[in-house]
Amino acid sequence: MADNVNNWLNDHGDYLYRFAFARLRDTHLAEDAVQETMLAAIKSNGFKGDSSARTWLTGILKHKMIDLQRKQFREQPISDLIDLDASDTSMDDLFNQSGRWLDKPQTFNMPDNALEQKQFLSVLDGCLNKLPKKLRVIFLLRDVHESDNENICKELDISATNAWVMLYRARMGLRKCLELNWTGA
Amino acid sequence: MLTCKQISQLVSQSLDRPLSWSERVQLKLHVLMCNACRHFKHQLNQLDIAIQQLKNETMLDQTIQLPIDAKTKILQAIELDKKSI
Repeated sequence: MADNVNNWLNDHGDYLYRFAFARLRDTHLAEDAVQETMLAAIKSNGFKGDSSARTWLTGILKHKMIDLQRKQFREQPISDLIDLDASDTSMDDLFNQSGRWLDKPQTFNMPDNALEQKQFLSVLDGCLNKLPKKLRVIFLLRDVHESDNENICKELDISATNAWVMLYRARMGLRKCLELNWTGA
Repeated sequence: MLTCKQISQLVSQSLDRPLSWSERVQLKLHVLMCNACRHFKHQLNQLDIAIQQLKNETMLDQTIQLPIDAKTKILQAIELDKKSI
């Protein structure tokens, strides 16, 4: 058993860690997710060898990442993060009273060579880090949840409306940050 | 008539849920007439692509590794867990 874990860690530990880090953007959370995965893997005895060990472990990791996210949502009520009533003023700096854009969005100059691409992704990474943690994680974990939104909400114990509002906030924050920090070539 | 603010919410939600027929029509008409919202819609698509690229790049980055001390911690946690059973 211990041999198994050693092998799993040696063969797939870095891969699992990268998978988690790509979506959590936090070294400690990513380490926790890998640890929880290993603990669950050793208990489940579920590996039948009909899929690769990596695929099997990645499946467990996805569940563990959702668990970690759910825990975060429990610890801090969503209402702390977003105001859901009609008097919500958080978007007031983007739109005027009649709901028109204050600063009209322009499309981004997407990078067209490897160097620019690297710079662009580093700006994006910086923008992700500026988002409140929960918004960042719900946005980045979208591809880990079974694609439909109902599942996200069920798994996180939040309403669909709350999820849409949070994803909207995340996108608004990111696009504004990119507009300010990425001017393109 | 929906405002740009409402349209921006619809554009975002269109990436998370299927829109109703009437929502789709309102969105299409608005975007046809409004440059700002058309650009915004394009921005969100660009953002999705960029996020995917960032994830892919992270997966390919061999310098990102599970730290040795994290590995040790995991093996210790498993030992502890075994004893507690």
